[in-house]
Amino acid sequence: MYLDFNLKTIEPAELVDTARTLKAEGYRMVQICANKIPEGYELTYSFDKDLELYNYRVILPEDGEIESITDSYFAAFVYENEIKDLFGIKVNHIALDFQGNFFITNEPTPWKKGKSE
Amino acid sequence: MAKQTVIPFGPQHPVLPEPVHLDLVLEDETVVQAIPSIGFVHRGLEKLVETKEYTELMYVTERICGICAFGHNWGYCLAAEGLMKIQIPERAEMLRTLWHELSRVHSHLLWLGLLADAFGFESLFQHCWRVRERVLDLFEATTGGRVIFSVCKVGGVHRDIEPEMLQKIAATVEGMKKETKELCDVFVNDYSVKNRLVGVGTVTKEQAADLCAVGPTSRGSGIPSDMRSFNPTYQKLGFEPVVEEAGDCYARTMVRIRELYQSMDLVIAACNNMPEGDIAVPVKAKPEGEFMARLEQPRGEAIYYLKGNGTKFLERMRIRTPTNINIPFLVKALEGCDLADVPVIVLSIDPCISCTER
Repeated sequence: MYLDFNLKTIEPAELVDTARTLKAEGYRMVQICANKIPEGYELTYSFDKDLELYNYRVILPEDGEIESITDSYFAAFVYENEIKDLFGIKVNHIALDFQGNFFITNEPTPWKKGKSE
Repeated sequence: MAKQTVIPFGPQHPVLPEPVHLDLVLEDETVVQAIPSIGFVHRGLEKLVETKEYTELMYVTERICGICAFGHNWGYCLAAEGLMKIQIPERAEMLRTLWHELSRVHSHLLWLGLLADAFGFESLFQHCWRVRERVLDLFEATTGGRVIFSVCKVGGVHRDIEPEMLQKIAATVEGMKKETKELCDVFVNDYSVKNRLVGVGTVTKEQAADLCAVGPTSRGSGIPSDMRSFNPTYQKLGFEPVVEEAGDCYARTMVRIRELYQSMDLVIAACNNMPEGDIAVPVKAKPEGEFMARLEQPRGEAIYYLKGNGTKFLERMRIRTPTNINIPFLVKALEGCDLADVPVIVLSIDPCISCTER
């Protein structure tokens, strides 16, 4: 039961419109995953329709910012706050923004680039 | 507009075995808004990829949670096998299915007990947990562990189950059905139980879809989404998702009760249809590339994402647990409810904070 990893890379500026289109077409948001890469960060947004998984990837520079998709998918606030708290990535206009206090960690943004690498 | 009062609910509360916090904004006795906070016990297990080899991480993942321990182990192995294009033997797949469905039985019985406790039915709580012990005994007999089994590995499983033991499992589970029915009849028919559950915390199908809910939580609102549907082993065993339409706490309870019987039938079917053959294949590859596996845990769809770089250490492990994505659903279910119903509604999504705080 192994599925292919369907992946499409998009520009950060395309993200909000992509999410809006997917929502209108009935896709369910599954998760958002952040990861450190040499160029900065990669964010993988996963969506599901009829049990098929589709992933959209956004590459951000180290000091990059990204717009929230909570106007299309309110549930994204969980992941966007997590990304903000753990990776220190600035996510703008989250519908429910905990201002860096969603996760209580010993040190702020423990997975930010440059920390414990 | 009536005067608003904010009442903190949790992180320590009699109904919560684990810490989660809600700021409940009330107008009189009615909740008009619920603002969740998690992260009180965040463990950062995903960060252990930096210091643990990929073969060691399976022992970390099964410690994410004491209830769906086997499922997390399986999900991780599934992702690692997908990453390395490993096809495991059919017998290993069936053995995993058997242990996983037994895990679902014990998880749902545990939850039913907690629900009974939440509305003050202490004896029902104890009886649910008494029946659940039978499953833990089967785990001990087949794996040596009651909570953590360490039986799943990348490439298959560590332990086989003898034919005599398979017969014993089928007989035990068959016997459990009668005991379970006696318990579930109370949840289904008792006036006071229905009084606490029917029409409480209702979320429509459209709202549940909008909030991206998963598992029995979404199936209680009429969404037939279950990751087992596209698993060939489950298809062989005749699996069909359980769905209820009402979207209230009673519907979510009914989904779990029907899933209890379904999982028992799946366990018996797995015992009777166990394929012959090996239980594992040798694994020599090093993980490279990325892969995302999905598994239906007792609380819903869990996501296991792995990224490898050709060494024995992974670059990234990401686990998205069902409770994580069901928090927005909970916030919606609480809107407009009575303060007295908050504990029952919180429990109705079967929150697992251990999983959420992985």
